[in-house]
Amino acid sequence: MSWFDKLLPSVIRTEGSAKKAVPEGLWNKCPGCGAILYRAEMERNMDVCPKCGHHNRIGARRRLELFLDKESREEIAADLQAEDPLKFKDSKKYKDRLTAAQKATEEKDALIVMRGKLKGMDLVAAAFEFRFMGGSMGSVVGERFVRGANIALEKRIPYVCFSASGGARMQESLFSLFQMAKTSAVLKRMADKGVPFISVMTDPTMGGVSASLAMLGDVNVAEPGALIGFAGPRVIEQTVREKLPEGFQRSEFLLEHGAIDMIVPREQMRERLHNVLGILNHAAACS
Amino acid sequence: MDLNFLEFEQPIAELEAKIGELRLLGDDAEINIQEEIERLEEKSRKLTESLFSALNPWQTSQLARHPLRPYTLDYIERIVDDFEGLHGDRAFADDQSIVSGIGRIDGRVVMIIGHQKGRDTKEKLKRNFGMPRPEGYRKALRMMETAERFKLPVLTFIDTPGAYPGIDAEERGQSEAIARNLREMAGLRTPIVATVIGEGGSGGALAIGVADKLMMLQYATYSVISPEGCASILWKSAEKAPQAAEAMAITSDKLKELGLIDGIVPEPLGGAHRDPDAMAANLKQSLIKSLDQLQGKSQDELLESRYQRLMSYGVFSEA
Repeated sequence: MSWFDKLLPSVIRTEGSAKKAVPEGLWNKCPGCGAILYRAEMERNMDVCPKCGHHNRIGARRRLELFLDKESREEIAADLQAEDPLKFKDSKKYKDRLTAAQKATEEKDALIVMRGKLKGMDLVAAAFEFRFMGGSMGSVVGERFVRGANIALEKRIPYVCFSASGGARMQESLFSLFQMAKTSAVLKRMADKGVPFISVMTDPTMGGVSASLAMLGDVNVAEPGALIGFAGPRVIEQTVREKLPEGFQRSEFLLEHGAIDMIVPREQMRERLHNVLGILNHAAACS
Repeated sequence: MDLNFLEFEQPIAELEAKIGELRLLGDDAEINIQEEIERLEEKSRKLTESLFSALNPWQTSQLARHPLRPYTLDYIERIVDDFEGLHGDRAFADDQSIVSGIGRIDGRVVMIIGHQKGRDTKEKLKRNFGMPRPEGYRKALRMMETAERFKLPVLTFIDTPGAYPGIDAEERGQSEAIARNLREMAGLRTPIVATVIGEGGSGGALAIGVADKLMMLQYATYSVISPEGCASILWKSAEKAPQAAEAMAITSDKLKELGLIDGIVPEPLGGAHRDPDAMAANLKQSLIKSLDQLQGKSQDELLESRYQRLMSYGVFSEA
């Protein structure tokens, strides 16, 4: 406050008004390089930092919007709703956690599946919503994934899944664990029938999701710099009691160790996957 | 405190100690102590019965991880004839936390795969506390493929805290190894019977657990995460493990009720470790029954019902 402002009676002071002129969230700090970035510019750039290339996490619906053609999108199994078979309660009830997550994300559960087109090519695409209870896989996520796969099987069109998940959902305990077996089983059918499945792992893809559907792509893809693994880095650090190597469990580490086929930056995703699928799916295209 | 008894069993331990002392007095005692011993033994049995008829999930999870609990090799020794151990994933190593081999059970040829924990410190380290690395799961898969080729039913014994969370395990693709087993077991063209004999720890257990028949020993547990792990995430304190054990429905009776397992193999009074021979006999009976039920099915029938069962997992509503 300047000396002149201080002289003004408080009624005509306009304290803080300058701040209010800038709406909340107009500027974002890049978690990668710390640069202060204009929010609209980030959005135009698919939430990838134009300075350092850091890939920010994005929601499931936005992910599918960026990936699929604008026309003829159709959501699959949107009506499915989680139940609470164990009447699970920790510090909060599972039911309440679900309601809170639904309110915060405006989604019913942590996976969204859509039928649509990629540059005119028919396919089914799924995406995890990490903000919904850490993208955790419970009964609804498993069932939606399978429904999407069944449509891909029936129509003989490719299936692409973007993972972002902490793993199985603890609140459904063994029901969640068995979703790993369920989703892997439907991928066995797809593999037997020669219907392509591409798994795109985004930040983060861990635990039960990584150890089931996410690692079972005919082609495994990752976004740059995504954390991908079975056990979380903190658990590993506590177990082995040594410092983890630089870049451990990042996409580049996985590529080097042979776990994934390619790292594809977000802005090239449509182009590259369209190319891969065009080649894998040539038989379907001929028939 | 006798380490063979868990905390909640201390009243039994005290009685048993008393019985032991009386026995030491032996024949040269002036009074006839035989009667007294019998009376105490009866009392101990009654007490054990009453304690074990009302176990809570946390007590069960301690029994499932009891240091004297029989492990896979203890059962193989008692159940399987002509056993030949088979080793290695043919790519990297022979993971000692999973054992496998072929043999006969009452004349029926089988492939056996199971987690293996260690009894003393040296063996615990060798077995990595029953926590497999990717090469363990890949070895298991190789055995399953061999079984498929030679039409041997696969019996798996589940007993692990979980897949090993280590740097090397991640480097060699822990996630992929587990995922691949899940996918391949769904389509394996031979019957699979899985039995949780102790601790069914998450994905590391499921990776040899996709089956046509899923059984649990009475005091075994099966869950998505250990009670301690769940407690430290959701309650922010590992000390809340008893509550987590309760909330997650990890015991055989609960899981049977929920339709997630097919049957329970009864344990001798006081748990499997009190009488490993009796336990092995019960397990053998259960395995033979499952095998005979599955042998009647054609391969296509078997695979279709395995698939439909996998697809049926989950509880949700559809508005």
